[in-house]
Amino acid sequence: MFFYYLRLSALSYRRNPILSSLMVLAIAIGIGAYMVIFTLNYVMGGNPIPQKSAQLFHLQIDSGNPNTESDPPQQLTYLDATALIEADAAFRETPTSKISGILEPESDDVRPFSIIGRGTSADFFPMFNVPFLYGTPWDTSADRNLQQVAVITKELNERLHGGDDSVGETLRLHGNNFQIVGVLDDWSPVPKFYDVNNNPFDSGEEVFIPWNLITPLEFPRSGNTNCWKAPDPGPEGFLNSECVWVQYWVELRDGDEEADYLQFLNNYAAQQKEFGRLPREMNNALFDVEEWLLKEEVLPNETKILSALAAMLLAVCLLNTIGLLLSKFLGKSAEIGVRQALGAHKGSLFLQHVIEAGFIGLLGGILGLAVAAAGLEGIKVILGDDLMRTDWIQLNPPVVVITLTLAIFATVVAGFYPIWRACNINPAIHLKTQ
Amino acid sequence: MEIGPILRALTRNKLGVVLIALQIAFTMTVMVNAVFIINERSKAMARPSGLDEPNMFYLRSTGFGDQFNSEVTEQDDLDLLRNTPGIIDATPINAIPVSGGGSSTALRLEDDPTLPAIPAAVYYTDDHALNTMDLNLIAGENFTSNDVLYQRTSESRNFGKAVVSQTLAETLFPGEGLNAVGRTFYNGDNPVQIAGIIERLQSPWPNSSFVEQAMIVPLNFISGTSTYLIRTEPGERDRLMVETEETLASNNPNRIIRDLMSMNETREESYRLDSAMATILSVVIVTLVFITSMGIVGLAVFGINRRRKQIGTRRALGATQGEILRYFMLENFFISGVGVTLGAVFTIGFSIMLSSLFESPTMSWYYTPLGMVILILIGQIAVLGPSTRAARIQPAIATRSI
Repeated sequence: MFFYYLRLSALSYRRNPILSSLMVLAIAIGIGAYMVIFTLNYVMGGNPIPQKSAQLFHLQIDSGNPNTESDPPQQLTYLDATALIEADAAFRETPTSKISGILEPESDDVRPFSIIGRGTSADFFPMFNVPFLYGTPWDTSADRNLQQVAVITKELNERLHGGDDSVGETLRLHGNNFQIVGVLDDWSPVPKFYDVNNNPFDSGEEVFIPWNLITPLEFPRSGNTNCWKAPDPGPEGFLNSECVWVQYWVELRDGDEEADYLQFLNNYAAQQKEFGRLPREMNNALFDVEEWLLKEEVLPNETKILSALAAMLLAVCLLNTIGLLLSKFLGKSAEIGVRQALGAHKGSLFLQHVIEAGFIGLLGGILGLAVAAAGLEGIKVILGDDLMRTDWIQLNPPVVVITLTLAIFATVVAGFYPIWRACNINPAIHLKTQ
Repeated sequence: MEIGPILRALTRNKLGVVLIALQIAFTMTVMVNAVFIINERSKAMARPSGLDEPNMFYLRSTGFGDQFNSEVTEQDDLDLLRNTPGIIDATPINAIPVSGGGSSTALRLEDDPTLPAIPAAVYYTDDHALNTMDLNLIAGENFTSNDVLYQRTSESRNFGKAVVSQTLAETLFPGEGLNAVGRTFYNGDNPVQIAGIIERLQSPWPNSSFVEQAMIVPLNFISGTSTYLIRTEPGERDRLMVETEETLASNNPNRIIRDLMSMNETREESYRLDSAMATILSVVIVTLVFITSMGIVGLAVFGINRRRKQIGTRRALGATQGEILRYFMLENFFISGVGVTLGAVFTIGFSIMLSSLFESPTMSWYYTPLGMVILILIGQIAVLGPSTRAARIQPAIATRSI
């Protein structure tokens, strides 16, 4: 029966090709446009590490200016970060800061080039499930002993060593020699949740070194630095200042560990207050990945506005579909009259028209996928590839499924009234005219 | 006039009216708000930065290795650049206006941290900055080369003089205008005297709340990296960009030259998201108007086909083609009227929601009535074709059996 009704739907489409195509087009445009914006929201507002996002926490210690009402700083001071590392109170923990440096390749054929890196600690890699192609993360002792070790990305390894296993090779960075201990496999979470301060959608860094080396080797910091009070003169003055430039993540496995760590933070802050630091009211907090992305408003306002506009566009397309389905079904009144006179139940008439509406919805959905794919390509073109990563702007399997389902569902719902009207036609009137 | 019959006929097809009216209402909401957003962004993009952007570019030099002496290199580079034919002037600077990255500070009128602070962008540079950026000094004077201090990056940032933008001067000393020259403000506990006022200089952040509050200070940081901002004679920029990069890269093996970019490219990049948003919204508007017009045409054709016999009867009873045309045009006018009235409510509601959610400016009053007129016109144009065809229906149809 289902296939018979499907065949009827196809026949009906061919009888009214312009009207039917108009409907398919309206659904395709509405659904397509909506899915373009949905895809942007889905990825940009998504959870980049769903397996353990609830166990990873970004720290907040409110070291801000007591004379203003400003939000607590997004990062930690050097003083707090080093104290936390020393205390070693979490299951895993890592300070991280964005740095830059000049990389001098061993081969004389390649000119030295500027590179973005990240100072972090051994825990960074297991905490964030970072995959390795060759080698391993450095050992935790390397952090303590200031060993000059480095982990590089797959791309940098391609560039420097043609993709060969480069573990053990030397990397000359910012005038210092580092030993390569690991090469990452493809890893580029969107959004770049572990550092949302410095454009959460740009490409990540290419080299990772122990965070403890940033200060002794005088690496230039290339991330955001914020000071509410001018630091005292000299490098020491800066390190002891209230300038924040360190992001700090901890991994806590359950609620107990979370409560314990917060308690530890409060104790630490209370102790600092006794030394005359942290003049604001105590405001320590832990934000898990999803909370942190939400708090830092990683999803741009633009996509939020576009979502609302796209929803209205979809509404217009569906209203359009209701009107067109009404015309189409009422245009078939005579045929429906004949079927009813021959003994068709209202139920089977209803089913037939639901299938017909669903058929049009499916066609609209398939065309809508093409519209969405084209729209996403268009967005990629107008955003350009030099401002931020755009490789994630494409249809993905969940979006394809949602598109088709939404198209069929929306068309059938939009079709309820027209279907109801079609099923309640008085056969006698239409039989007379035959 | 047939207003009475039209309205009575409409009440017999309530769903058709509701469908079209809702489409028009949503279309209007999206269109008017989108046009407003596009206009706001274009206005922001059109603000001048104060610089002679078309003739300017910049690049960075970063040294490496033990042999690199950044102080000597920077002085040599600047001498070379300033003596290059075609280059008007060059200046070392910590941040590029409009670029999105830079340094800001909080200023107060006294050395008292509990006073409210005024935010301002700071350009750490030297006495050539004014000439290089072609800024218009409207009061006071530029600082001299003797005023310029040189410091290592991580040291504190004390400077005694500043050339401030007119907006910053006005914010610091309201009502004093150009007489603010010579007045003192505090950067932390460090007193700073206003040496001069420039007509306009934007901060590096186009979207910040203090985009027009900026100052130039005679303090130059010695670190491994120097950024040079360069102004050329008109028409010489593109040639000099290539040549300067080559010259600087080859005259010192212990540094690399990077981030070569013209100010025009910088502006394009900084406003890329805004122009992308404008493009996307334009596409949405065009699509929506197209779909709504199709909907109006579709339902009009449907309505006319259903009433062919009545139209024929009216024609047979003496109605002219013009009267039939007018009937359907008026009918659409009433439906659109309901639509745009509803649309006005939606539009204003949505606009209030946007401005309160995103703290964006509120829409001027004339957007809504203008949108109403435009959508009624679109409806009239869309229904013109079907109505003309309806008007051509032969009176003879009335006498034929169904």
